[in-house]
Amino acid sequence: MDLLKRYIPVLFLLALVVIIQLVTQFTETTYYLTQLTMSAYYSVVVIGLCVLMGYGGQISLGHAGFFAIGGYLAGALTTHNLLPFKEQGLVVFLDKLGLLIAGKDLYGGDLLTVEPWAACITAVLTAGIIGLAIGGPVLKLKGHYLAMATLGFGIIIYRIALASGYFGEADGVSEVPGFKLLPGIEVSGSFGARTLNYYIAWGMVIFGVILLLNLIHSRVGRALRSIHGAEEAANAMGINTARYKLYIFVLSAVFAAFAGVFMTHYNGGIGPSEAGIMKSVRYVAIVAVGGMANLWGALIMGIVLNFLSLRGVFGSYDDAVFGVILIIIMLFAPEGILKINPWQKIKSLFTLFMAQKNEESAEN
Amino acid sequence: MALLEIQNLNRRFGGLQAVNNVSFIVEQGMIKAVIGPNGAGKTTLFNLIAGNLPANSGTIHFNSKRINGLKPYQIAQGGLSRTYQNIKLFHGMTALENVMVGRHIRSRAGFMAGMLNLPWTWPEERKIREKAMEYLDLLGVADCADTEISNLSFGQQRGVEFARALATEPTLLLLDEPAAGLNIYETVEIGRLISKIRESGITILLVEHDMSLVMDISDEIVVLSFGEKIAEDLPHNIQQNEEVIRIYLGDEG
Amino acid sequence: MTPELFIQYLFAGITYGIIYAIVAIGFNIIYNTTGIINFAQGEFVMLGGMIVITMHAFMPMPLAIALAVLITMVVGALIEMVFIRWLESPSVLRMIIITIGISILTREVALHIWGESVRTLPYFIGNEVTSVSILGARISPQVLWVIGVCSLMVAGLSLFFKFTSLGREMRACAANRRAATLCGINTKNMITLSFVLSAGIGAMAGCVMSPITYSEYDMGPGLAIKGFTVAILGGLGNSVAAVAAGLLLGIIEAFSISVLPLAFKDAIATTILLLILFIRPHGLFGSSEAASLKEF
Repeated sequence: MDLLKRYIPVLFLLALVVIIQLVTQFTETTYYLTQLTMSAYYSVVVIGLCVLMGYGGQISLGHAGFFAIGGYLAGALTTHNLLPFKEQGLVVFLDKLGLLIAGKDLYGGDLLTVEPWAACITAVLTAGIIGLAIGGPVLKLKGHYLAMATLGFGIIIYRIALASGYFGEADGVSEVPGFKLLPGIEVSGSFGARTLNYYIAWGMVIFGVILLLNLIHSRVGRALRSIHGAEEAANAMGINTARYKLYIFVLSAVFAAFAGVFMTHYNGGIGPSEAGIMKSVRYVAIVAVGGMANLWGALIMGIVLNFLSLRGVFGSYDDAVFGVILIIIMLFAPEGILKINPWQKIKSLFTLFMAQKNEESAEN
Repeated sequence: MALLEIQNLNRRFGGLQAVNNVSFIVEQGMIKAVIGPNGAGKTTLFNLIAGNLPANSGTIHFNSKRINGLKPYQIAQGGLSRTYQNIKLFHGMTALENVMVGRHIRSRAGFMAGMLNLPWTWPEERKIREKAMEYLDLLGVADCADTEISNLSFGQQRGVEFARALATEPTLLLLDEPAAGLNIYETVEIGRLISKIRESGITILLVEHDMSLVMDISDEIVVLSFGEKIAEDLPHNIQQNEEVIRIYLGDEG
Repeated sequence: MTPELFIQYLFAGITYGIIYAIVAIGFNIIYNTTGIINFAQGEFVMLGGMIVITMHAFMPMPLAIALAVLITMVVGALIEMVFIRWLESPSVLRMIIITIGISILTREVALHIWGESVRTLPYFIGNEVTSVSILGARISPQVLWVIGVCSLMVAGLSLFFKFTSLGREMRACAANRRAATLCGINTKNMITLSFVLSAGIGAMAGCVMSPITYSEYDMGPGLAIKGFTVAILGGLGNSVAAVAAGLLLGIIEAFSISVLPLAFKDAIATTILLLILFIRPHGLFGSSEAASLKEF
């Protein structure tokens, strides 16, 4: 059945994830798991962005902003001490709901912080609401204006993160505690939990991929693709294109926010660089290379490029590499790397070159 | 009953009055044609009705409800579909998928149901696909179903666009030059198809240049010239209307 | 606020404002001829500043400036010829990503040539404490250099576009490229010229502002954002409005220090950008119809 065909690549992915983990175990190279885990979380952002850009037809140069909203809120809420405010109404209320936990800080002092689950939901909800708020006006814009607006959004988030004391200014938020998902399963950077966290991260990726695959093949996915294919005609078919574009924007924001929350608990902290323009550009570069309407392409590129980058393979040229990738892909393979037919490309370049030469000699 | 009522419709572009105080009615179940020389305002009229352009003044009532001022998707949801002269199919999608989008307003699965692939959506998806194939079959382009639309011939694309518009099960169908680019035989075919569509209960308003088609199938004809309505009558009377003949300056009759 | 402080802020605002305006005009020139937003515009300013500082070690200031502007213009031409020229009707998205890539690449090259350190050109007259008295406030003469040079450039450009045949040809190209080709105008060269011009004025601004604002490899994107904000504020493509808009932004930013923490100064431009895009994308002085006319 069609349904099974759809999920077969997911099974492959699952198998690959397990195989890689086992390989690292046997070859005693389990330190790779750390970068693979982080790559997984970045890839969650990428697949969300891929659907937004490829199927929704919208560019977002500020998606790192949503990642940061998720990560920073979760981080700040679970580390800042509410004890000094424990008389205040809101704090008492939250405590009654069981959303606060008491603990001890590094120096043995008493600590009252927000429970990670509550922080997570708050963070993701906030990201979603902000996405909803700015998505409306932003998505009415086209082309350059849209790009600039999303860029502007990303910059504002970055500036807030950098300037705000609550978010740690240039140092960011650190000593973020683990996030207990279920008894025995905690998202944290502790040494013994490395393999577990690897699977948690990849679990999120796989879950996300399944959701998005389902969406693409559903009635809504068709509607999104139709908006990308011919927006005016989509409207003529009764599709409220503005609302659909908004939904997919918010969805991609939520994906990014979740990734941010989990990554922050995993790394034990987050810094302003996660909100920076370069990160946003990186996400766009990865989606562009993988093929904008190609979920698997984007995922593969996301993993490969992030992993290489995290392992330091690109050295001090890290940003430059992504810049060059952007240029080369956009110049030679705007549909993404997996869609190019090398011979056809060479032929067409040659034809173009000859045509220009003829033009020039005709002018003389 | 009057399905579509246009009253004193006006639309200006800068100094040009593209539609000038046009009024007419389309009764349910009829085939009405809008003709006129190039530049007469026919396409503008269509865009006004479908909601792509706002009118400067005047009203449009569809099913006794005022639709001028509504967004195109709202008007479409109300039962009004259209085709385009220059074909606006969805790029990057197959013929079948294009028509399946036509079934969008006749189905329900939303974001959540779609993402979670809820079981109740499975029979709906199947029905969407089946219905879409039916429409492709009706238009004789069933074998194009899995071809991406940019790989189809103009005639095939036209068929797919028709199927897509019909798939929405409209009450009123706007056809923008359905015979453009067709030869004599194909035009007759289209004429038969349009009549068949009317027999299934759909009202039709078409813009067309091909006079043989217009005279053949229309119940009534509206003639526009430079944005104004200069005649509205039975085909047989329009043919003999001196004013009409004059503005066409000896066009084929 | 004392009158002296007011004048101080005002001049600071005008100085930065006119620099933003130059960047905006650079955007407009390229946008008018090609429809592309050149995200690497800020890098032209950066290159001007960095190159002139390096050159100044070997030669007198005027020569260094001339050379810096020239080299940047060549870079602009190269960028156009290597990356832009042979693309056939690329989509907006594609162009945006390519110019972003060019911006990143240029920055990385600059990083590897000049490192991360912040550099500065010596003041044209005196040093950082020299000042002249204007309306009671102490203003550095460099500020007057910036305002003077930039104003001259704006005036020069106006004259160029209005009265020279080359300028007219560029405007024709901007108005309707196909018709311009039919008139025998070599539109390909016009496009290259637009890049060269934008690079040139950007570099010049980079040179004169260096003593005041310092130069570093990373200064491009910030300027580009503000320049873009100004361009949109005035109405994309409208360079006269860009000057007004630039001064407006510069002055708002300068006076904002008195009410907002310094860290938020940069956020102002971005906020204005978003507000304008949401409320009135064709800018304060543009009309949506004029926006589609794309004249200088």
